[in-house]
Amino acid sequence: MFDNLSDRLKTVTERMRGRGRLTEDNITDAVRDVRRALLEADVALPVVRGFVDRVRERAVGAEVTRSLSPGQAFIKVIHDELAGVLGAGATGFELRHQPPVVILLAGLQGAGKTTTAGKLALYLKERAGRSVMLASLDTRRPAAILQLQQLAERVGAVWHPSTADDAPLDIARAAVDAARRSQAGVLVLDTAGRTRLDEELLAELKVLHTEIQPQETLFVVDSMAGQDAVNVAAAFGETLPLTGVILTKADGDARGGAALSVKTVTGQPILFLGTGEELSGLEVFHPERMASRILGMGDVLSLVEEVEQKVDRKQAEKLARKVQKGKGFDLEDLRDQLEQMMNLGGLESLLDKLPLPGGVNSNQLAGQVDDKSLRRQVALINSMTPRERRFPKIINGSRKRRIAAGAGVAVPEVNRLLKQHTQMQKMMKRMSKGGMKRALRGLPGLPGR
Amino acid sequence: MFSITMRAMSDRDEQKPRGGFFKRLRERMNRGRGLGLTLGFAGRKLDDELAEELETQLLMADVGLDAADRILAAMRKKLGKAAIDSDDQVRALLRDVLADMLRDHAQPLTVDTSARPYVILVVGVNGSGKTTTIGKLARRLKDQGYSVMLAAGDTYRAAAIEQLQAWGERNDVPVVAQQPGADPAAVIYDACEAARARGADVLLADTAGRLQNKAGLMAELEKVVRIAGKLDPAAPHEKMLVLDSSLGQNAISQAVEFHNAVGLTGITMTKLDGGAKGGVLVALAAQLDVPFRFIGVGEQAEDMDVFDADAFAAALAGIESA
Ligand SMILES: Nc1nc2c(ncn2[C@@H]2O[C@H](COP(=O)(O)OP(=O)(O)OP(=O)(O)O)[C@@H](O)[C@H]2O)c(=O)[nH]1
Ligand SMILES: Nc1nc2c(ncn2[C@@H]2O[C@H](COP(=O)(O)OP(=O)(O)OP(=O)(O)O)[C@@H](O)[C@H]2O)c(=O)[nH]1
Ligand SMILES: [Mg+2]
Ligand SMILES: [Mg+2]
Repeated sequence: MFDNLSDRLKTVTERMRGRGRLTEDNITDAVRDVRRALLEADVALPVVRGFVDRVRERAVGAEVTRSLSPGQAFIKVIHDELAGVLGAGATGFELRHQPPVVILLAGLQGAGKTTTAGKLALYLKERAGRSVMLASLDTRRPAAILQLQQLAERVGAVWHPSTADDAPLDIARAAVDAARRSQAGVLVLDTAGRTRLDEELLAELKVLHTEIQPQETLFVVDSMAGQDAVNVAAAFGETLPLTGVILTKADGDARGGAALSVKTVTGQPILFLGTGEELSGLEVFHPERMASRILGMGDVLSLVEEVEQKVDRKQAEKLARKVQKGKGFDLEDLRDQLEQMMNLGGLESLLDKLPLPGGVNSNQLAGQVDDKSLRRQVALINSMTPRERRFPKIINGSRKRRIAAGAGVAVPEVNRLLKQHTQMQKMMKRMSKGGMKRALRGLPGLPGR
Repeated sequence: MFSITMRAMSDRDEQKPRGGFFKRLRERMNRGRGLGLTLGFAGRKLDDELAEELETQLLMADVGLDAADRILAAMRKKLGKAAIDSDDQVRALLRDVLADMLRDHAQPLTVDTSARPYVILVVGVNGSGKTTTIGKLARRLKDQGYSVMLAAGDTYRAAAIEQLQAWGERNDVPVVAQQPGADPAAVIYDACEAARARGADVLLADTAGRLQNKAGLMAELEKVVRIAGKLDPAAPHEKMLVLDSSLGQNAISQAVEFHNAVGLTGITMTKLDGGAKGGVLVALAAQLDVPFRFIGVGEQAEDMDVFDADAFAAALAGIESA
C-alpha cells in the first residue's frame, strides 16, 4: 500500500506531460496524492497542510527545465522541499566546549532514550575519541538504572551510579561533579520517560535543565510515532530549549513521517537515526534518504533525475525500469551503469543517494570498488560478444580466457565481474520486492544483524 | 471460566468512588483535548465542509484515511437528510458510529482455570509496554484470586529480566528466569513446567521487543509459541499483542505481521494517558478479527482497564464523562 506513491504520481504526472509549466490546475491531483502519502506516513495533519501549501506555491510557475518532464519537475519540488525542511540546521554536535560536555536526553516512555544513551557513548568514544560518562536519572521505571549501567559496561563508558531513592537533580549534580573530577569529555544524562500531559514531570525536567545547563538537550522520538508527535514535540520544546532530535527504531518499516512533524515543530536539527537494538545502531541523519522514505519512493526517482541530467535520457529510463522491475539486468546494463557511475563522480556519490540499511555506511560499500576498477570492468564487458553480454551464463572457461586477454587482465577479474553482476542482479530483484534494505543485505562485506 | 473483567471492575470502583474507571479513562484521554471538535455545527448539514472538519479530527486521532472515510460515510447514512441541531449531536453521532465499529472487538480476557497454567504470551515491538502490561496483568489477576507466575522471556535487552523481576516483587509473584542470552523458548518452556508443578493458574510470559519486519526475530517468536505448546497443545492460550497508542499507522502493519506469525488472540493498547487517541484501533477493527482486551493508562500496576467500546468511542469523540 505504501509503495504506491511513486506509481500514483507517475500516472498523475503523466497527464502533465507536454506542458511547459506547472500550474495550479495541472498539479491539483498530484498535490492531493502527496497529502495522502504524507498522512499515510504519519506526518501530523497541521504539518501536512503547511507543507503542501508551500509545495504548491513553489511548484506553480516553476520553470520546467529541458531535462525534466513537468511531472518529474513536480516530484523534484516536493522532494527538495521535504529534504530541505528535514535537513535545515543539521550540524552535528559541538564538542569543543569546556569538558564535560553534558548531553541531556528526554522523551516519551519507551522511545529509546536509555538505549540511545549507550549508543551515543559508543559513538562518541569511537568516532570522536572522547571518554564518556553515563548517568541515569530514571528513578521511576523498574531496573532502568541497571539497564543503563549494563550498557555502560558494554561500551566501556564510565558509570556514575545512582539509586531509585535519589532525586534526579541530585544525581545530575553529582554526575557533573564526578565527570569534572574524572575529566570525562562527555557526560550523557538519561531521564525517565514522561508524557506531554505530565506537568509535574515536565516541570522536573525544566528545573533540571536550568540547574545543569547541558550543552546539548536532545529529544528522543520513535520513528513510528503518530499524529500526536506534533503535540509531544511542542510540549518538550516548550519545556526545554532543545538543541536536537534523535529518531529511533528507523530500522523498522515505518515511513517515519514523525520526522517531519518534529522537525517542523521544534525547529531543531535531526542529528541521528537509531537503526537497531544493538549499540552500534546509530547513524548520522541523511535528509535526502528520509525524504524519499517518507514519500515512499526509494531513491530511484532522484537517481533517475540526476542520471538524466548527465547521460542520455533514454538509457536512464531503461535502467530505471530495469532497476524497478529487477528483470533482465544483463552485462550491458551493468556497463551502462558503471559508465554512469564514472560520469556521476564515482560510486560514492551514487551510494550517498541510496537509503542504506542500518549499520551500512556508503564508504564501506564504495571501498569495494574504486574508479580504476570501474574502468577495468567496463573494458572487460567491452571485450565480450553481444551475446555474452546478454546471456552471461554461456561464458565458460575458454570464453573467460579470451575476454580477459582482450581486456588485458587476468581470468580471476572476469570471475569477479561475473560474480558481482550476479549479486547485483539479485539485489535488483530484491529491491523491487522488498525495498533497498533487503536488497543490500545480500552484498558481501556488509554487517547483517 | 471466569471473566476477569467483572471482578476487576468491582475492585476498582471501590477505590475510585466517583464514576469508576471509565470516567477516569475519559478524563485521562480528554486531558489531551479529546477530539477537540471546533464547533459551530448547529443548523448545518453534514456537508463537505463539515465532513472535512470531522475528517481532520479523525486523522489527528490516528484513525487513518480509509477508516476516516468509512466513519464519515456511516455518519452520513445515520444522519440521513436531517440537519444538525448541535455540536453535541455531532459528537454523539460520531461516538455511536465508532462504538458500532468497535463493539464486536470488545471481548474481555477470560482465564480458563482448568488449563493450569493458562499461558499468556505477551508480544510486540520494542518499548510498546509489554513488560509493564505483564506487571499490571499480574496485579489484576492476583487481586482476582488467581495464582500467577511470570516468565522472563526477554533474554536480550539489558536488564529486561531484572525489570520483570521487579514487577514480580511488587506483586509478590514468582518469576522464572535464566541468564541473559538464554533461549527464550527454553525459558518459557521451563516456566510452563514450573507453573504446572506448582499448580499456578496463570503464567504470564514476557518476550523481547521486536520490529515486525525482522524475519529472524519473528521466526524466533514462532518457535516460542511452538515450544510453549509442548506441554499443553492449547498453550499459549492467549497471544496478546501490545500496541503503543503514541505510534501511528505502523501499528496496523504490526498487528498484521504479528498475527501472521503467531495468530494473535488479543490486543492491548498502552499509554492512552499520554494524549494520543489510539484511533488506529478503529482501522484495525475492520481489518483483523482479534479482540481488544485492555487499555493502559499509566505506569503503575493499577493503571489498566478493560477495553470498553462505548467508553473508548466516547473518549475518541471527545465526549465528557457522563
Ligand atoms: N529496533 C530498534 N530498537 C530500539 C532502537 N532504540 C531503542 N530500541 C529498543 O526500544 C526499546 C525501548 O528502549 P529504551 O532505551 O529502554 O527506551 P527508553 O526511552 O529509555 O524507555 P523508558 O526509559 O522506559 O521511557 C528497547 O527494547 C530497545 O532495545 C532502535 O533504534 N531500533
Ligand atoms: N504513560 C504510560 N506509560 C506506560 C504505559 N505502559 C508502559 N509504559 C511505559 O513505557 C515504557 C516501556 O514499557 P515496557 O513495559 O518496558 O515496554 P516493553 O514493551 O516491555 O519494552 P521492551 O521490552 O524494551 O521492548 C516504560 O517506561 C513504561 O513505564 C502506559 O499505559 N502509560
Ligand atoms: Mg529508559
Ligand atoms: Mg520488556
